[in-house]
Amino acid sequence: MSQSYNRGLIEDFGRWKEFSAGMWAWIFHKFTGWMLIGYLFTHIAVLSTAIGAAQGETVEVFAEDLPNVEGTGLTEVDIYTATLGGLEGLFIVRLLEVGLLAVAVFHILNGLRLLMVDLGIGLEAQDKSFYASLILTGIITVASVPTFMMGVGF
Amino acid sequence: MAERYSSFAPGGTAWLLQRITAAFLVVVLAFHFFQLHFVNHAAEVTFAGTEVRMSNLGYFLTMVLFLIAGAFHGINGVYNALVNQGLEGTPKKVVLAVLTIAGVGLVVQGIWVALAMSGMIYQ
Repeated sequence: MSQSYNRGLIEDFGRWKEFSAGMWAWIFHKFTGWMLIGYLFTHIAVLSTAIGAAQGETVEVFAEDLPNVEGTGLTEVDIYTATLGGLEGLFIVRLLEVGLLAVAVFHILNGLRLLMVDLGIGLEAQDKSFYASLILTGIITVASVPTFMMGVGF
Repeated sequence: MAERYSSFAPGGTAWLLQRITAAFLVVVLAFHFFQLHFVNHAAEVTFAGTEVRMSNLGYFLTMVLFLIAGAFHGINGVYNALVNQGLEGTPKKVVLAVLTIAGVGLVVQGIWVALAMSGMIYQ
């Protein structure tokens, strides 16, 4: 039952060709973690326009340019609605949101796998559960593309 | 027992909190994505719609807890990743201080934003 082997130094990324499934899971979890905390700072920065909006700050926009503003022509909208609409109207932002979903879904699924590993459940299947996390992430991401890209190509 | 591969020193408070916030975040992050991409579409979010959601006290508290849990989990994760890479001594203390200030700043800013969205301030 008890077994242990020397995995070598995983922090030495130059050894990547020798990495096993569990080591890739470790690296992917860190990579997606860095991206998620980076995104959280960006997310709060963008949402901070709500502070201006709550104080009555507005801007003039062309309603046609923003997916979240109704009507036509030059319209006065609050700064939060204008900022979010401006971002959501961009193809690249929607594409990055699909990427964010993929990163978040993998981090969630592999995180569940890690909680199981910590509890000592299914240790012998830890490589299989990593592959399952990857496949499920792919399926959920692809299935979400039509919803995420609505109005910018779908 | 098989060998441990975790980046965290086992048994500590930070280790336990990282797991507790993880379990909470799994549920709330999935809910957040579902709520703001499938129930409401991100491209249709307006300040008026956000105000309606955030004026519900249960939703407001969930989002504030989500922010605190996410900030702790992320900042603690980054710190432990760096310690794992061999960070030690004075640089380790400096990194911890910088990350703590950034994390507290993020939470304070986020709560200010949440209050503005809920109509509890500036009304």
